[in-house]
Amino acid sequence: MNGSLFVNFPFIVVALLLALGFYTIGFKRNLIKVVIGVEILEGAVNMFIVALGYVKGGYTPIYTQAPQEAVGKMVLPTPQALTLTSIVIGVAVTALMLAFAVNIYRHYGTLDVTRVRRLRG
Amino acid sequence: MIEHLPALMVALPLFGAFIAPLFKKHHEGVSIWAIFVTGISVVLSLLLTKEVVTNGIIMYVFGADKPTLVLPSGYAVPIRIMFEVDAMGAFMAISATLMSFIGAIYSYSHVKKDTGLEKYYALLMLLEAGILGMVLTGDLFNLFVFLEIAGIAGSALVGFRNYRGEASEAGIKYLIVSAVASLMVLFAVSILYGQYGNLNLAYIAKNVSFNMVDMIALGLLFTSFAMKCGAVPMHYWVPDAYTEVPAGINPPLLVATYASLYALFRVSFTLFANVVIDLARVGWIMSILGVLTMFIGVTMALIQKDVKRLMSHHAISQTGYMLLGVGVGLTVLHDPSKLAEFGRDAMAGGVFHIINNIIYKSLLLMTAGALFYVTGTRNLNEMGGLARKMPITTISFMVGAAAISGLPPFNGFASKFLIYETSYRLNPLLTVFAMVTSVLTLASFVKVFASAFLGPPLEKFENKREVPKPMIVAMLILAALCILFGLFPNVVLDKLVYPAVDALINFAQYHSWGGLA
Repeated sequence: MNGSLFVNFPFIVVALLLALGFYTIGFKRNLIKVVIGVEILEGAVNMFIVALGYVKGGYTPIYTQAPQEAVGKMVLPTPQALTLTSIVIGVAVTALMLAFAVNIYRHYGTLDVTRVRRLRG
Repeated sequence: MIEHLPALMVALPLFGAFIAPLFKKHHEGVSIWAIFVTGISVVLSLLLTKEVVTNGIIMYVFGADKPTLVLPSGYAVPIRIMFEVDAMGAFMAISATLMSFIGAIYSYSHVKKDTGLEKYYALLMLLEAGILGMVLTGDLFNLFVFLEIAGIAGSALVGFRNYRGEASEAGIKYLIVSAVASLMVLFAVSILYGQYGNLNLAYIAKNVSFNMVDMIALGLLFTSFAMKCGAVPMHYWVPDAYTEVPAGINPPLLVATYASLYALFRVSFTLFANVVIDLARVGWIMSILGVLTMFIGVTMALIQKDVKRLMSHHAISQTGYMLLGVGVGLTVLHDPSKLAEFGRDAMAGGVFHIINNIIYKSLLLMTAGALFYVTGTRNLNEMGGLARKMPITTISFMVGAAAISGLPPFNGFASKFLIYETSYRLNPLLTVFAMVTSVLTLASFVKVFASAFLGPPLEKFENKREVPKPMIVAMLILAALCILFGLFPNVVLDKLVYPAVDALINFAQYHSWGGLA
């Protein structure tokens, strides 16, 4: 079995998601879709962190009462904690962005980013 | 008490922010509460700076008294969240607390007519907590968290006047830029974590080997922080955000921007300081970015009609000076003779310019806010003859304009002169651009002065009066600081700026956490 490709598979997905996210932020005209683009980026980064911490055939990181064979094979707990924090922050950012989008729709009557252009110069 | 200062610095504004919504019915009360809390944090930051300057770097470990975990094999690693405060961090902390305090005083009257003030002040204190966390932390992931806190609070404040569509437009622009930038910071942080298995700044800095992946991480960090501090290719959000935010928030928002600049310096000096050859290249990139930023910012400012927008473009252009000054220092960091000759002074110029710019730019944006408060418009073509109606605002504006243009007795001169002198030694062309920018800055402020304050008194402003007292007090404090920093630059340089610069240059000190070399 081709092990190396399979090991790197999460990172390939991360790269694809990053590209997709940047494409969405840069080229989509609907404000909601731009917000979704930021979310895709966040998903990519979170997935990268989780994939980093994974050990092949690893054990859960519970240090008390761990079986003897788990020594040296535990999955790192820090990346998972980081991911949780980053997800929580991401929810706050998304909520605020969507609130702004709703307010923009109320004032401009559109979500097209090329027409939400009162500030210029 | 003293040893817990770094934690208190962040805890106090956070506490203030969570208490603020309780004052829902008492708008007066919440303003006074905010002034009180930010005032105390100014005192705390002064104590912290005194402690750092006299006793060296403070390490604060949350939940333990030792920063390290020593394994049975004798291998020691830093665990837990750590705050590491050196003179540079303390310098930024003073700027942050002072400006939040002045912003809170100014806001007392400026936003009186708005609703939802308890949220406004809660966000103001949250922004302060975010900035303080960013500049005091010694942990990369923590840096990301506080970056996001400052970004969210800042953009919510930009969109505070939600009855204006433009405010939401500027808010979402700022938020998207800040979210993308901080996600890329997180990506770079996780790259570093994957290689070195730790998040501690000093630990990574000591072990950094600068392979291909590290270069990618440095590139990502550099770009994201440059994006958040408004360097040129990514400067488009700055004028919108600074224009739409209520003028009382301008000072803390400026500091939030320069906290990203601080993070940029921290990353390029402390994190990758052991890399000898490639750092000079990074320094050159920073200097050239600085020159471009100052020049493009000022040329865009010249054509503006909106008074606040004009000043926001100047904020971009002034960021260029700091990048230039510190970039020159970074270029010669590993060349001891050149560093002693002009590199250290160049960095002092850049760092001194941070606090100077925060002071006079806040002053100018506040006078713009005062003009808006009185006239109800920000269009320069509709103003005129206000000098006689608003004498104190006029004087404050003149002080600020003279300072930003680098005229001698004011603070802008002191730092700009250091930058001119030293960047000349690296490449004369850099200085030429810096001086032309200064002249153009003066030109655009003559335009503002002539169209807003001079000229015959207009009939529609017949019964307008000077702005209320708290706004005047805030402006006068800043104007006094402009003059004081300009008259006695040596005091500030010796007490605050050179320690901060030396902290950046002597990165080895930062790396030796907890006595473990």
